[in-house]
Amino acid sequence: MADHIAVRTLPLTGFHGGSSAVRLEAAAPAERISLRVRAEDVAALSGPLGIDLPVKPKTSSSDNGRTALWLGPDEWLVIAEGGSDVGNSLMQAAKNSGALHSAADVSHRNTAILVSGQGAAAAINAGCPQDLSLKAFPVGACSRTVLGKVEIVLLRTAEEAFRVEVWRSFSDYAFGLLAEGAQDAAV
Amino acid sequence: MLLIHCPYCEEDRSELEFRWAGEAHIARPENIAAISDEEFAEYFFLRNNEKGLTYERWRHIHGCGRFFNAARDTVSDRFLTTYKAGLPKQVLPETGASEKTVETYEATEGDAR
Ligand SMILES: [Zn+2]
Repeated sequence: MADHIAVRTLPLTGFHGGSSAVRLEAAAPAERISLRVRAEDVAALSGPLGIDLPVKPKTSSSDNGRTALWLGPDEWLVIAEGGSDVGNSLMQAAKNSGALHSAADVSHRNTAILVSGQGAAAAINAGCPQDLSLKAFPVGACSRTVLGKVEIVLLRTAEEAFRVEVWRSFSDYAFGLLAEGAQDAAV
Repeated sequence: MLLIHCPYCEEDRSELEFRWAGEAHIARPENIAAISDEEFAEYFFLRNNEKGLTYERWRHIHGCGRFFNAARDTVSDRFLTTYKAGLPKQVLPETGASEKTVETYEATEGDAR
């Protein structure tokens, strides 16, 4: 009897799009936690996670392949890029803090689309109402917001590069809308 | 597009990120099991539906997720101020709340782009 091997299929496998001004790629799998922490315990969580949880609205912090995104006054999305092997290092780190917190593993709830190129902001603005000028949304800025009919978490990783975190079941819609935006951005 | 100032995000954001959440500053009676049906109906069902200056709860549901309070003119749709949940009702010295219905884009959107 043959061994049965389960192969994980990524939600955006086979998707491709973009234009001369915008490159769209499905991001590699990543570990993610949705983290809720009270103000007095932020420092206690930052140590074990290896990143300072940002406390200023619309900011993120990054270290050693981990990124913490401020979503609300007591809420963060923490992402650890670990290639194809998605483990539970973030959940473990949060637990090791010993401090009061709530952490939910959302590694597979979300997927991400990487949007880059000179028209990246314009492509996202096809469905997102945020001001994506470098003044209002500098490198490292992040926000939960909307893209057309779905909610996303947007992170600017470089002047012309964004990471769009989206729930996996909405990801084909998000990719399609970004592909349309990418075409418009190249006109 | 109408811009709403979120007191937690500390900036103006598109109305698309927000949800209305009913009248603000309605305190749940402490002795809720003891009050009469009329008092319960007053607390639970009946709202003032003011014309002009009104105090409402709003939620930045597609942003920071927080509920906050807003003073809004229901005639012009203009937000007069927003403030964090838990703060007392903000007294507005000169509300600017109008009796006159305004229908033009410029009048309702103001400086918002
Ligand atoms: Zn907010």
